[in-house]
Amino acid sequence: MNLVESFRIAIRALGANKVRSALTMLGVIIGVAAVILLVSIGTGVQAQITGQISGLGSNLLFVLPGKMEGGGSGGGTASAKKFTLDDVAYLQTRLGSENLVIPELAGAADLRVHNLTMNGQIAASNENVADAAVGTIQSGRWYARGEVVGASRVVVIGSNVRDTLFPGQDPLGSTLDVNGQSFRVIGLLEKKGGGIGGSQDNIVAMPITTAQTLLSTRDISELLVRVKDPANVDSVKALTQIALRPRFSDQFSVFTQAQTLSLLGTILGTLTAMLAGLASISLLVGGIGIMNIMLVSVSERTREIGIRKAVGARTYDILSQFVIEAIVLSVLGGTVGILVGAGGSWALSAFVATKVTFWAVALAFLFSAAVGVFFGVYPAWRASRLDPITALRYE
Amino acid sequence: MTDPATGINADTAESRKVSDCSEIVLEARDVTKSYVLDEVVVDALRSVNLEVCRGEMLAIMGPSGSGKSTLMHIVGLLDHPTTGVVTIDGEDVSHMAPNALAAVRNKRIGFVFQSFNLLARTSAQTNVELPLVYAGVSGGERSRLARLALEQVGLGERLGHMPNQLSGGQQQRVAIARALVTKPSIVLADEPTGNLDSQSGVEVMKILQDLNSQGITVVLVTHDARVARHAERVVHIADGRVVLNERVECRIIAGDGQGAAAELETAAATLSVNSVVHA
Repeated sequence: MNLVESFRIAIRALGANKVRSALTMLGVIIGVAAVILLVSIGTGVQAQITGQISGLGSNLLFVLPGKMEGGGSGGGTASAKKFTLDDVAYLQTRLGSENLVIPELAGAADLRVHNLTMNGQIAASNENVADAAVGTIQSGRWYARGEVVGASRVVVIGSNVRDTLFPGQDPLGSTLDVNGQSFRVIGLLEKKGGGIGGSQDNIVAMPITTAQTLLSTRDISELLVRVKDPANVDSVKALTQIALRPRFSDQFSVFTQAQTLSLLGTILGTLTAMLAGLASISLLVGGIGIMNIMLVSVSERTREIGIRKAVGARTYDILSQFVIEAIVLSVLGGTVGILVGAGGSWALSAFVATKVTFWAVALAFLFSAAVGVFFGVYPAWRASRLDPITALRYE
Repeated sequence: MTDPATGINADTAESRKVSDCSEIVLEARDVTKSYVLDEVVVDALRSVNLEVCRGEMLAIMGPSGSGKSTLMHIVGLLDHPTTGVVTIDGEDVSHMAPNALAAVRNKRIGFVFQSFNLLARTSAQTNVELPLVYAGVSGGERSRLARLALEQVGLGERLGHMPNQLSGGQQQRVAIARALVTKPSIVLADEPTGNLDSQSGVEVMKILQDLNSQGITVVLVTHDARVARHAERVVHIADGRVVLNERVECRIIAGDGQGAAAELETAAATLSVNSVVHA
């Protein structure tokens, strides 16, 4: 009997036991799809966020309140002394005009236009906002120095804010209520896509002075320093540390973009590992499902092997049939699982960044296939070595 | 009729004399079979000798637990003896490798079991084709031979039926078609009517007798004296030994017009004869 014949027998046996075949495949599908989907979320979010940080440019310094140098764990930013606009002016003087010091302040915003409302995020800065990479102007303009000094109630809105509050309208020149105060819309940002902790397109950007009044604070969240020449990043970092030490002692932190990326990489890597852990539980559950189905059918399959041997099947005939059956189920289930996982990942990309990775596909597929083949073939191998009558009488 | 005195101590010479053989197709010499069950050694067969002549129809009869099925499984190469020799067509098969045994089962022996042993959820046609698949017969030829075999047992209209769509008698006929599709020299039937109603049983016995009349050697195992009387010769087994070897007088020909009641009467007569023999 040749391989083609073994293949035909295996396919016929699978067809004769549709429920068992389907359940085995389901185990493979669940395992493979879950791993692909969860790992794709972890990888996708990681790639998107590091991409955003990288997109800011390599000549950026992040200055944060609180001491976080030791690997980012201890940082008591909540209790640490915050920067004020006075610190911004002071640092700008010390660093020279070729390096831009950009303050940032974030806060929650209740947005309303007539009877339409939504939750947004305040992203406030000074006249150097264009260098802070809050977004790119699609129409209208950024606020100018005069509007920062005068704490004008003007906003530049994200694309979601436009879509929600000004459906089908040009928002420029219209008014918008932020936390109960009336603002004039002077600019619209290009769409950026999702991120962790809310969409980047839900922001309302306004002058930092206006935001401080609105949020009743004199603090600012963090400082960015845009260094003119990327080669000087390290010296400007040192200069910043020297300048701020008299005012803040060591209760502040300065990160270069590379440091920020590696810090985020650690955090997001943990996230991905956690998702992969969840996925491997699914893989295990799928594997146990496969194992159950295969073991439950051992007695029936052993009798089948007895019948086949009684009418003249050799050990090789039996084994090739069962190996082919197991491989066909694993490959079919694995392929469907990959399609389901990739499809689910594509569907989820509307809400969260996803990225299907090769290693997740390969790992999930190989594991499920190995479980399927082992539990499909091992009992058959044992049964094929029995006297036919022993196999026929198997209970 | 066998002399009671020699019948009880039936030996090889005696069975030869009784069967009046021209050629021995199947032979068991000094076959024993022991099992270990819960650390107790059970002797299922104790030094059994059996010769089956080409073209004869032989019944192996005995009460349940007598070892008759074990003997049939051993001469049919489904099981191996603890000691002793089995020859088929004069060839010693006791020490053959598993794959060589598979080839012998495939080409020279056909089996019919009490519980049919058809592949579930698999059509009658495919079930009958199974031995041909392992014999390496090509697809078209396989399909033709399987159809012929099913027509021979009167199931030409039910090729595509699954076992669970067939009655017990029909399933057993599918099993017989599977046994004869490779044109074996021997058909071994283990309680072929055990799970059947009497009407289906008569049909199955008729098919086995027809096969025998076409020259195929038929060995059938039964505990039922009436079924045994369909054979030409009956070997009685008790406690793992051959105790009696008799030629059947007034053989029952299945479906020749005698009603089941008539057959039962004959069976009762046989039983009374046997009890005389044993006494």
